[in-house]
Amino acid sequence: MTVLAQDLRLDANAIDYALLAFYFALVLGIGYLARKQVSSSLDFFLSGRSLPAWVTGLAFVAANLGAIEVMGMSANGAQYGLPTVHYFWIGAIPAMLFLAIVMMPFYYGSKVRSVPEFMLRRFGKPAHLVNGVSFALAQILIAGANLFLLASVVNLLLGWPLWLSIILAAVIVLAYTALGGLSAAIYNEVLQFFVIVAALLPLTLVGLHEVGGWEGLVDKVASGPGGEEQLSSWPGNQLTGFGDNFLSVLGIVFGLGFVLSFGYWTTNFVEVQRAMASKSMSAAQRTPIIGAFPKMLVPFIVIIPGMIAGVSVTELSGENKAALLAGEAAPSGATFNDALLLLMRDLLPNGMLGIAIAGLLASFMAGMAANLSAFNTVFTYDIWQAYIKKDKPDQYYLRAGRVVTACATILAIGTAFIASTYSNLMDYLQQLFSFFNAPLFATFILGMFWKRMTAHAGWSGLVAGTGAAIGVFLLAETGVWDLPGQGASFIGAGAAFVVDIAVSVVVTMMTRPKPETQLVGLVYSLTPKESRTRSTVGEDAGWYRNPGLLAGIVLALTIVLNIFF
Amino acid sequence: MGSDTRKRTAGAFDVRLVIALLTGVYGAVITVLGIGFVSDEDLAKAGGMNINLIAGIGLLVFTGLFLLWVKLRPLTVPVPEDEEDDSSQSEQG
Repeated sequence: MTVLAQDLRLDANAIDYALLAFYFALVLGIGYLARKQVSSSLDFFLSGRSLPAWVTGLAFVAANLGAIEVMGMSANGAQYGLPTVHYFWIGAIPAMLFLAIVMMPFYYGSKVRSVPEFMLRRFGKPAHLVNGVSFALAQILIAGANLFLLASVVNLLLGWPLWLSIILAAVIVLAYTALGGLSAAIYNEVLQFFVIVAALLPLTLVGLHEVGGWEGLVDKVASGPGGEEQLSSWPGNQLTGFGDNFLSVLGIVFGLGFVLSFGYWTTNFVEVQRAMASKSMSAAQRTPIIGAFPKMLVPFIVIIPGMIAGVSVTELSGENKAALLAGEAAPSGATFNDALLLLMRDLLPNGMLGIAIAGLLASFMAGMAANLSAFNTVFTYDIWQAYIKKDKPDQYYLRAGRVVTACATILAIGTAFIASTYSNLMDYLQQLFSFFNAPLFATFILGMFWKRMTAHAGWSGLVAGTGAAIGVFLLAETGVWDLPGQGASFIGAGAAFVVDIAVSVVVTMMTRPKPETQLVGLVYSLTPKESRTRSTVGEDAGWYRNPGLLAGIVLALTIVLNIFF
Repeated sequence: MGSDTRKRTAGAFDVRLVIALLTGVYGAVITVLGIGFVSDEDLAKAGGMNINLIAGIGLLVFTGLFLLWVKLRPLTVPVPEDEEDDSSQSEQG
């Protein structure tokens, strides 16, 4: 890594720094301007439920377009090629549409302020506490990892010391999230989305030009290590690690496409919070759908640059790629994680380089801001207000939110330094994510459609499901069960889902259900149709604002993309 | 938009303008770089493609479209119930 650091140092000049500085000025400016909109805790934590759907929709995608996505998926592109698109087309789109059409009416319609609060209303305190605490903990860990990745990129690219980059980045993110709350985070996510596209789209174009267009890329990938298989999305054996085609497809569809992705997109408050901030039921339903359009196209500017790097960057192509695919260190010392940085170094002149660096830093910061804004909401509403300081005036919780944001940032600096001692922390974090999200999804879906499901079933299902996922993880880690590739987390998530359902059903049969009057608005069969439907007049009128129709268009386009690639 | 001071515009700002400002400045800077300051080394790096110029023009076109959107559909600020007396709410465009 020390040898490589010199090679990765980007040749940034004054113009690049000026472009970067301009971006940061705007980021802080948004925080300052958004502050004027904050007069109550609901303004601070949920933007007063007032944002238009295109803003929340883009924020919905951008909140997820952080470090893992941009660096990780281009690394996956360099390593596995086109099968990586499953993370987008199978692993995100269907779940986003499901969230929009089926679940959003309950989230938005019940007027809860967070996902744990929904747990509280549906299943009572134990489930609420389990969910709230585990979510808050996960966010701090992830925020720290984002912060560390951000700082290490700055360190690598520009040569600033690690500790300085960590603290500087933390201060900037803190400044705008503590000032403007969720609005500032969301507006910056929208800004960030455009910067990332402005950075990656030209990079993709130059890259394609460099390797001789799409045809050239196809030829070079096919003749390189990895071969033809990297050029079609199915069956994706290299990605799952299953030798058998049928098992591989099953793993992708059920593990990644169903349990992992539905768990992530439909119950992760970082995402759901963005939809909750929109101004009407119709806008809330459209949020994930509007997000799905760019989500469909993101792989083209993330995975394709990765693939280009895998054939054109000296450190990553030929024998280096072969060595890395075989699980050994490349002779050049590079890893697939460096794919995007190396490609930028090779192809971009000053000017475009500054924009590209701004885009990368933007994605890291927005990821962290999303974690912070979700954390402060859950901590303030679901832990502080629910269990520690009840019944204070609203202004108290608004102040508390700002203080919590500051504390969370300091904690994140701490977890960033912990993260810096691990080399593959992101893998573990993603694994942790599947521990909590897969069972959460099972509990949610059961709770939303089965009115008999009891409070005890709520928390015991969650705990058992998480336990099952951890069990599979330990078996795979200790080598008792040999699951290479991403197969382990697919199976872990599947196990969590099945065990959660089984335990919930058994416990429900042995305990007493909640009275039906308490479940109105929370369970499908007990919710009057009116409170689930959206308005179709005024700003919600028009066919192009119909969530069902939009979802159909997205689904059709996704199927077409799957056929072509 | 700013002529009517009774409009409740202080409480909200249009994020589209901020985005247009960013892409506009970025587009202008790299277009100028692409026209006037492109070196042979830069061109060789990108395989003969003047990416600063191309991306710059792209950004400027995008900025233009965004500004057009802002102009055609200006931001409306709904007046909250407790300020109903301040009734100079702008119409949806």
